[in-house]
Amino acid sequence: MTTTADLHTLTGAYAAHALPDPERTEFRRHLTRCPACTQEVRELRAALARLGAAQTTTAPPGIEARVMAGIGSVRQLRPRGPDPTDEGGVHQNRRRRLARSWPRFALAASVAAAIGLGGVAVDQHHDTQRAQQYSVQLQEQTAAFSHLLTAPDVRTSTATAGSGAGTVVWSHSRGQAGFLAAALPSLTEGKVYELWFDDAGAARPAGLLASSTGSVLLQGPVDGATGVGVTVEPTGGSLQPTSLPLLLLPLG
Amino acid sequence: MNGTARFAGEQHRGPDLVELLALSAFGDHDAFRRLYLTVAGPVFGLVRRVLRDHAQSEEVTQEVMLEVWRTAARYRPERGEVMTWILTLAHRRAVDRVRSAQAATDRDRRAAAQAQATAYDDVAEQVEHRLEQEQVRRCLASLTELQRESVTLAYYRGHTYREAAEMLGAPLGTIKTRLRDGLIRLRDCLGVGS
Repeated sequence: MTTTADLHTLTGAYAAHALPDPERTEFRRHLTRCPACTQEVRELRAALARLGAAQTTTAPPGIEARVMAGIGSVRQLRPRGPDPTDEGGVHQNRRRRLARSWPRFALAASVAAAIGLGGVAVDQHHDTQRAQQYSVQLQEQTAAFSHLLTAPDVRTSTATAGSGAGTVVWSHSRGQAGFLAAALPSLTEGKVYELWFDDAGAARPAGLLASSTGSVLLQGPVDGATGVGVTVEPTGGSLQPTSLPLLLLPLG
Repeated sequence: MNGTARFAGEQHRGPDLVELLALSAFGDHDAFRRLYLTVAGPVFGLVRRVLRDHAQSEEVTQEVMLEVWRTAARYRPERGEVMTWILTLAHRRAVDRVRSAQAATDRDRRAAAQAQATAYDDVAEQVEHRLEQEQVRRCLASLTELQRESVTLAYYRGHTYREAAEMLGAPLGTIKTRLRDGLIRLRDCLGVGS
C-alpha cells in the first residue's frame, strides 16, 4: 500500500498528467484530504502552463471558424459541478473510438411514412417553450427550417428507432438538410444525439441535438452526402462517431 | 497580437481573460471569439508539441476550445489563471489522444519505447531550441539532467512517469521524485505560485 509520504511525491506526476489510471484515482482521493498537495498541484500546473505557452505558435486559420460554428450547438454547463481540470468526471468517460468509416449507410433502415409536417411544427413550438435558453437559437432554426421546407425540391426520409422516429428533410437546391426527432430513446445524463453526413462511408459531423424530441438544422452543406446518421455521443459531441448509429437515413 | 503568451500580460495588458471567460460562460459569442484569438496560439502550440501531428493537433485544439466554451462557468479564479486552466485542459486532451493511439498499437510499444529512448537527445535539443521564452529556457536549463528529462518526457511527450522511467532506465521512485523536484524548481525559477 502506498504511504502518505509516497503519495505526496506524486504531485509532480499528477500535475503533468503522467500518472496512469489506478494511481491517478488514488491520488485524487488523497487530494481531497491534503490541502497542501492541492496547493502544490496548482502551483506546479502554473509552472507547466508556462512550459506549454513557450510553445506558442500561430494556430491554423480554419480552426476559428469551426470552433465558432460549433459552439452554437454545444450546451454550456452550469457553474455548480466539477472543474474539468480536476478530472472528476468530465474526462473520465474515455471515448472509445470506432473506425472512422461506417459501413455504407444502408439501406436496411426501415423507411416509414414521413412524419406530418404539422406535427413537426408542434414539436418545435414545444421545445421553444421548454428550453428557454435555446429560444432564440430555436427560433432562428425554425425560420431556417421553414425556409428549407419551402424549397421546390424538398424531400424527406424517415426511419424508426425504439418507439420513436427520426426524419431528415433536405433540399439539394438549397444544399441544406434538417433533422426532426420524435420520441427517440431518452438520452442519459451527459449524452447528446449527434448527426453526421455520410460522405461515401465517411462520417462528417453535422450538429447536435440535446433532446429526444426536437429539430435541428444540420450544419454544413449536403454536398454529395448519400445519407444522414445519428449516434449517441458525450455532451459536446465528438469529431468522429464513437458509437454505432441509432439511425441511418438515406438521402435519395 | 496574440503571439506572445507571457502570463504577466494577463494582468497588465491585452484582453482580460477572466472577464472574457465569464462573458463566454453566459453565452457571449463575441467574448468567446476574443478569448479564442488570445489562447489559440498557446493551445495549438502545446497540443502540436505533444502530438507532433498537424491534423490531429487541429482536431484536438478544436475539441479543447469547445470544452472551454462548455465548461466556462466551472472556472474558479482563486484556483489559478485562465491561461493555466485552459492549457491544463489542452494538455489533458493531447495526452489522452497520445495514449489512445498508444493503446491501439500496444504490442509495438516496447519496440517503440526503445526507438524513442535513442531519439531522445534530438528531442531534448529541439525543445530547448524551440522555446520562445528565454526565461522558460533558462529555467529548464537550471534543472539537473534527470529532472529535465523527466519533465520533458512527461509534459512535452505525454509519457506516464512509468514510461519515462523505462525510457531513462531509472527506478520508478527516482523518476517520481525528479519530476516533482524539477517542477518545484521550475515553479520557483519562473516565480509562479504564491
